[in-house]
Amino acid sequence: MTETTQSIKQPRATTGGWYEFATRHRASIVAAVILIFPLVMPFTALAVNILIYGLYALGFNLVFGYLGLLSFGHAALFGTGAYLCGIAIVHFGWPWYAAIAAGLAGGLLMALLIGVLAIRTRGIYFAMVTMALSQCVYYLFYQAVDLTGGENGLRGINVRTIDLFGLRIDFINPMIRYYVIAAFVIAAFFVMSRILASPFGAVIEAVRENEMRARASGYDVTLTRLLTFVLSGGFCGLAGALQALHLSIVPIEILHYETSGLVVMIALLGGMGTFFGPMVGAAVFLVLENIVSVWTVHWQLIVGAIFIACVLFFPAGIWGTLIARGKR
Amino acid sequence: MAGLSFDLIALQLFAGLALGAIYVLFAIGLSLIFGMLTVVNFAHGAFYMVGAYVGLYLISIGGNFWICLVAVPIAIGLFGLAVERVLIRPLYGRGIDYPLLLTFGLSYVMVECVRIAFGKTGYPFDTPEVLQGAVDIGVGYFPLYRLFVIGATAVVLLALWLFLEKTSFGLIIRAGARDPQIVRVLGVDVSRVWLIVFGIGTAIAGFAGLLAAPLQGVIPEMGGTILAEAFVVTVVGGMGSIGGAVLAGLLVGVVVSMTSLFAPEMAKVSIFALMAIVLIVRPQASSAAPD
Repeated sequence: MTETTQSIKQPRATTGGWYEFATRHRASIVAAVILIFPLVMPFTALAVNILIYGLYALGFNLVFGYLGLLSFGHAALFGTGAYLCGIAIVHFGWPWYAAIAAGLAGGLLMALLIGVLAIRTRGIYFAMVTMALSQCVYYLFYQAVDLTGGENGLRGINVRTIDLFGLRIDFINPMIRYYVIAAFVIAAFFVMSRILASPFGAVIEAVRENEMRARASGYDVTLTRLLTFVLSGGFCGLAGALQALHLSIVPIEILHYETSGLVVMIALLGGMGTFFGPMVGAAVFLVLENIVSVWTVHWQLIVGAIFIACVLFFPAGIWGTLIARGKR
Repeated sequence: MAGLSFDLIALQLFAGLALGAIYVLFAIGLSLIFGMLTVVNFAHGAFYMVGAYVGLYLISIGGNFWICLVAVPIAIGLFGLAVERVLIRPLYGRGIDYPLLLTFGLSYVMVECVRIAFGKTGYPFDTPEVLQGAVDIGVGYFPLYRLFVIGATAVVLLALWLFLEKTSFGLIIRAGARDPQIVRVLGVDVSRVWLIVFGIGTAIAGFAGLLAAPLQGVIPEMGGTILAEAFVVTVVGGMGSIGGAVLAGLLVGVVVSMTSLFAPEMAKVSIFALMAIVLIVRPQASSAAPD
């Protein structure tokens, strides 16, 4: 795994050129691309999906790519964010910004609950325990019909206009909706860039590279893992909340383990442990899904086959491979 | 507690054992493959599901349940051999996550292929005529088929135990699980052993799917649900331990069965609560996995 999850900071000293520039201004580049992105996309709705899943994958990648733990339970974090945002609007009539905050907090809290249990396990058990716990969350939300709508999903999350500093913005217009959601996603990318550049970010990667050495250097490995998992939950909860606003419904399938698998695929396709990988992966994955769905309903067959091919021949992902080329 | 007689609880206990027997078979294959190959087979649920569908197909072309009991494990085992040889073997030595991810992708392909061949909706699966009805087991009448499931599981376990403990090939498997390097130095073709272990594990998964089919019907998604539950079994019992898988599988079956008697709405959640308790009380039990 080491060759695919090269540290972002390491090449800064050794190579120049486009790679160094891209690394230094990584969050600004993402922001610029996101801002012009809908102008080149055929459907704005697809562009919004790419934004949301890109954010979801960004949060997942913090745990998978940078911390080195494979979680198969991120659907619980994404789904809890979506449900809490939806419940805040439908049942409590909260304004949109408070609902988004509720979703973010939901992601953090669920990550704390799952993390406290799952962090106790090591190695391969982590994937199994996170998957089992997220399945448990699925059943809990499924049965809380009064709050979540159960099998039918949570309906009626209607946010038509957004009030901001006295301005009344039309949230129905797809282009405006895109830029409202983009504002949150760009902010999240800046926060992520800041976290990774911080001393704590270095500790996260140190734990991945050599747990024993990190422990010997005086870092609390367990606490680092838990904190990273909780932070990841915040990003995924925010993505879920935006998804709830965008779809105006939260389907129960959002908590299904296939939603966890989806983000694993996106992160691996884009390039795990790279800053741009999640967004690239989300864009390629969703555009491909859009194209393939036109001529076959058996999209999952194609997804599975592509994923198998990725694992066998292409483990560094799209962006990871580009980085490897760039360094040469 | 009027109405909850001793007999009812005893019957429910037996129902739990029958359910647990399916978990045991499923988890044993998972555990055997992990113990030897250190591969977490995320496609194990898909092999289980395909086992049930192969049984359905064989019966639809005129076969009977007894033929299926032999043919399904052989067919699924052969399929497992091919999967190991072609897809998993190139990944050895490339980190423990890769085979897991690959088998996860494979499960998508298998589920979708079954959807293409049999459609998205499920089918009922008839209990073979001889095994219909119920028998008196002392505390009340118990469905004969569930008794058969418990018996068939016991036979498979006994056969597996004899194979692992009493044959020379079983000795090689046990040695290989402990130290594949030394076994290789001693002149054993370890990759062939791994191939066969994967075949055996998947064959048992297919067998479990066939046994479960008359209890719950067949549907393409049946593998995903049991996979998450089997992870609970392996966390409770310890991965790579056959005895642990048997005890934990039965325990999980009984816990599900008992909670569905006392608090039906909590039946699905109860086993995850069980796992949470094990993780809190004995975290070290589930951290013995090789890194």
